[in-house]
Amino acid sequence: MIVETEDLTKKYGIQTAVNQLNLGIKEGEVFGFLGPNGAGKTTTLLMFLGLTEPTSGKAKVIGFDPTREPFKVKEKVGYLPENVGFYDDMDARQNLRYIARLNRIPNEVSEKRIDYWLEMVGLSDESTKKVGTYSKGMRQRLGIAEVLIKEPKLIFLDEPTIGLDPDGTNRMLDLIHSLSRDKNITIFLSSHLLDQVQRICDRVGIMIQGNLVAMGPIEELAKKKLGLNQQDYTLEEVYMKYFKEA
Amino acid sequence: MGDHFNSLRFLLISALIVMVGVIITSMIGMAIQEELKGMAKPTLLFLLLFTSTGKLFSFVQFIGFFGPLLGIFLGFDSINRERVSRTLSKLVSQPIFRDSIINAKFLSGAAIIAIILVATVLLISGLGIRLIGVVPGVEEVSRLFIYVIISLLYISFWLGISILFSVVFRSTATSALASLAVWIFFSFFVSLGASVLSDAVAPVSQTASGVDAEMLIRHERVQRVVSSFSPMTLYSDATTTILDPMRKTTRSLILMGPLERFSMSRFQSPLPLLESIFIVIPHLISIVAITLLCFGICYLVFMRQEIRTV
Repeated sequence: MIVETEDLTKKYGIQTAVNQLNLGIKEGEVFGFLGPNGAGKTTTLLMFLGLTEPTSGKAKVIGFDPTREPFKVKEKVGYLPENVGFYDDMDARQNLRYIARLNRIPNEVSEKRIDYWLEMVGLSDESTKKVGTYSKGMRQRLGIAEVLIKEPKLIFLDEPTIGLDPDGTNRMLDLIHSLSRDKNITIFLSSHLLDQVQRICDRVGIMIQGNLVAMGPIEELAKKKLGLNQQDYTLEEVYMKYFKEA
Repeated sequence: MGDHFNSLRFLLISALIVMVGVIITSMIGMAIQEELKGMAKPTLLFLLLFTSTGKLFSFVQFIGFFGPLLGIFLGFDSINRERVSRTLSKLVSQPIFRDSIINAKFLSGAAIIAIILVATVLLISGLGIRLIGVVPGVEEVSRLFIYVIISLLYISFWLGISILFSVVFRSTATSALASLAVWIFFSFFVSLGASVLSDAVAPVSQTASGVDAEMLIRHERVQRVVSSFSPMTLYSDATTTILDPMRKTTRSLILMGPLERFSMSRFQSPLPLLESIFIVIPHLISIVAITLLCFGICYLVFMRQEIRTV
């Protein structure tokens, strides 16, 4: 298990954002973390990175406790926030170089990695343009490149395809899929765009109002909720069942 | 984090300071030139370049007034600009300590301030040497050096204040306004409040035949204590003592008439450098202390803050 939690709870005042979360992510899988807006998905991610402290419970990310050793976690884990920002007056290469320097990657190494990942996300031709002029899709792809510069074992993606056009969404999903397949990077994807999750995720967890109501491979959940012999299901149907019950 | 250099704002403010410095110097330089015709060189003439008021105000007064603005301009959006452009959440998810973000912001700002100050002082000195033809001695140079250090600390204090506000407030406009409000408060209202308060605590009656000396001293003391809460007072007291060695204390009592005071302060031998330093050390310590204080608050707030994207 690359991520493991035990009764992880986060309260803001009297409101419970995440309630006794027990979650396990296997190494190398693509895990879809689903739930409506405000279900506590982002809060969970913040706790995984040690950016906010859990009220109670424990989490282990790549074997470290993020509250105690956030450094170790951040070195090996990439995080792409929702609507990531860049230094708009710098070009793509400068942005990546800055992040590489913050990760203490030596210059010779980082230049090679920057070239490689710019090529992978298809931004080599635009790498000298100021990021301020980039389209939403380009920014999102640059965000992925930035996360991958430190060659993480695990990446957290918070709504990576939101606001992208169909073509951009497809390219993004292909990219994520290839990362998992070719680089053996574990991917934790938080989203509420169900058809996309269904396309690329091995397993999903459904979170509603701070509670994890289901977790497992999509077929398994479908069988449980929609009946054994139904072949032609969508994740949306499964999700809506859970949602209505909650 | 040297992103200050290519910003337009930075160019504007430093150009303003340099320009005003040059104008004041040339005015004063010319005035001194006139006055000095056929006279022997008085001691520590060179420092007059910085302290004499000329037609408008002296360079020292100018820095005392606008230095805070420089600090505020460099700091007021340092943290919340990153928040608004959503780069902050990215930054904190890198393997760096959170305090190193604030440290970097503060140090880069302080470095810029140092560069501006040194450059302007050198520029003025150069211009002054040309205009009045007096080469500064060792003591004058070391006094100037101390002056630059005090100013650096003082402007850094304002930088600290504005960084604090940029941590506390989410919007850059709010933090700019808040910093400016503090600046205005300290520059105008504290001294005003000081005199009001001292009038209340120890009223000086003009009706009696003579002025009660003891009452007057009390009045003055209250006023001083209150106004020394203002970093501006601390700064201006410290710099005038350093740059104007004819002064004996940071503030003279108003018991003497203006003429007497003038003769007292002008026609005595100047205070040695070491003594001047001793006088300003408490001021310096207070400035450093309040800078550290607001830096400390800054740390506390920033470390505990949760940084989300939304």
